Amino acid sequence: MSNSLSNATSKHIDNSPVLYLDGVSVSFDGFKALNNLSLTIEKGEMRAIIGPNGAGKTTMMDVITGKTRPDEGIITFNTSANKGSQSTTDYDLTQYDEADVANLGVGRKFQKPSVIESLTIFENLEMSLKGGRSIWQSLFHKLSPEQKLKLDEILVLIDMAEKADDLAGNLSHGQKQWLEIGMLLGQEPELLLIDEPAAGMTDEETMKTAELFKTLAKTHSLMVVEHDMDFIDALNCKVTVLNEGSVLAEGTLQEVKANEDVIEKYLGR
Amino acid sequence: MKQTNTSSSNMKLGPLTTLLMNDKGGRRLLAVLAALAILVPLLNLFVPESSIFHVSTYTMTLLGKYLCYALLAVSVDLIWGYCGILSLGHGAFFALGGYAMGMYLMMQIGDRGVYGNPDLPDFMVFLNWQELPWYWLGFDNFSFAMVMVLLAPGILAFVFGALAFRSRVTGVYLSIITQALTYALMLAFFRNDMGFGGNNGLTDFKDILGFDLQADTTRAGLFFCSALALMIGYLISRFIVTSKLGRVLIAIRDSETRARFLGYRVEYFKLFVFVVSAMLAGVAGALYVPQVGIINPGEFAPLLSIEMIIWVAVGGRGTLFGAVIGAILVNYAKTYFTGAFAEIWLFMLGGLFVLTTLYLPKGIIGLWQQMADKLAAKKMSKLQVGDLAEGEKA
Repeated sequence: MSNSLSNATSKHIDNSPVLYLDGVSVSFDGFKALNNLSLTIEKGEMRAIIGPNGAGKTTMMDVITGKTRPDEGIITFNTSANKGSQSTTDYDLTQYDEADVANLGVGRKFQKPSVIESLTIFENLEMSLKGGRSIWQSLFHKLSPEQKLKLDEILVLIDMAEKADDLAGNLSHGQKQWLEIGMLLGQEPELLLIDEPAAGMTDEETMKTAELFKTLAKTHSLMVVEHDMDFIDALNCKVTVLNEGSVLAEGTLQEVKANEDVIEKYLGR
Repeated sequence: MKQTNTSSSNMKLGPLTTLLMNDKGGRRLLAVLAALAILVPLLNLFVPESSIFHVSTYTMTLLGKYLCYALLAVSVDLIWGYCGILSLGHGAFFALGGYAMGMYLMMQIGDRGVYGNPDLPDFMVFLNWQELPWYWLGFDNFSFAMVMVLLAPGILAFVFGALAFRSRVTGVYLSIITQALTYALMLAFFRNDMGFGGNNGLTDFKDILGFDLQADTTRAGLFFCSALALMIGYLISRFIVTSKLGRVLIAIRDSETRARFLGYRVEYFKLFVFVVSAMLAGVAGALYVPQVGIINPGEFAPLLSIEMIIWVAVGGRGTLFGAVIGAILVNYAKTYFTGAFAEIWLFMLGGLFVLTTLYLPKGIIGLWQQMADKLAAKKMSKLQVGDLAEGEKA
């Protein structure tokens, strides 16, 4: 709760967006996966990204999270150094690798659920908890009461309190997606990058997930890549359409759906 | 659940409780090892040779050798079973530990060598060397040699691992370069001017810490130390795999990218466990050398490193005690079959690996667990039938 408050106050003081991409290009063997891409996500904003296959959605996530280094362009992540503090710092994400970016506060959920199958749900979540990433800290790690509380909270949120000790590998596809979202929350990131969360989910699960995201959006900035139009409709947020590595259109779902270019290149006539 | 029968013994052990809580196999293994460590030397030293309970020195030394292999297997399982690093060159670390011990033992020979030179080992006199090379200095001191048993493999693993893991060399590529590493070391140690005895290696050891290596009591002591080292090595490994670090290792094994995006610096974790594993292998080598009486470049042979993988696979990967069982069983089979039908042993070893991979992906431990589960299921269904019958009576 206090988080959302401090976020709200800092919004007045510091208006810099949480994520700022400017002129980002990446090419693989001559193929331009990202072509002069520019994009801004405000603090506390939820943004949906849509676009045809090969539009560069996953590559964009890769460059933000340090997996791929862009050929050119600027990627800036703006975050308060510690919770509640009002001073913020800009980080040039192109200078960091995956682990650094994750620890700065950018959480990523993959398209394919990648929970650690041979660990239990509880262990998966425990591993995701913020802090304690060094060798010694991991070797002599003991859960603090606050961490236990936090874990219980997440378990309830993702509806898995009863089966905390089940192997993650035994979960259904939809449940794995949820566990992974739970793991994302454990990291306490400021910005969540979520790749096709509704893929392979039943309609009911999809709507439940949309509700969950709306709750999350109160305290986090979110970027959601999705194909499912009903899901995006349920999210009720600003939409960016990517095509051939750059932004084709931006606006509400209704607006982009009415956009001529989008109809021609993505939705089809 | 099944803790009730063992909780009392765990209570006394204190910190061991948490380590071995869910490790029934490990508890049994440690109990057996502790019993062996005490019984075998006693039966060797104090039971007359005529008695059927007498354990011959030959058998004791052989068992001691198996225990060294078992520790080596634990070290391989630690990185392969838990972190997915398939090292096909772990023999290098074993041999380096062995050479460190061998150098100490060479220095203990003093002027009792063939040439009677008090300062130089025989092979150096033979090569007309005038003084000890710098890297032999200090090896007349036992403590220094023991530190080197840990440091030599540890430093090699650190440098090699830092380079390989930083450049994100994984999977089969990593296996190939580890294999190349041990092969390169073998070729290097074969050269006389490396100063490690070349082809013949280091041998003709006389005594260790002043105890005659041929004496039964010394052999018994070495056996005891091997069992102890295996127990300690097992507990260290167990401590690592039951900590959160162990779960990070499993995460790396299952999905390296996922671990990275969770904010874990995968290369540091790999490096840590690789170095610990190399040091354990070094200790195994150091205990092996005084018992077999020789260390030569043959220990670097890639084939031996591959054999270690087979021990772990046969026993059951990712269980630690499975590695111990696999190492002992395969080596017992090797001892027996190389004696009885020497020419077909390699075919058997290869066949064993193929069969294990095809039919026993979890090794002997997995098979055991499967049978136990089936038995439990049978019991359950019987109980249920019993319940039903009782219900009908009522």
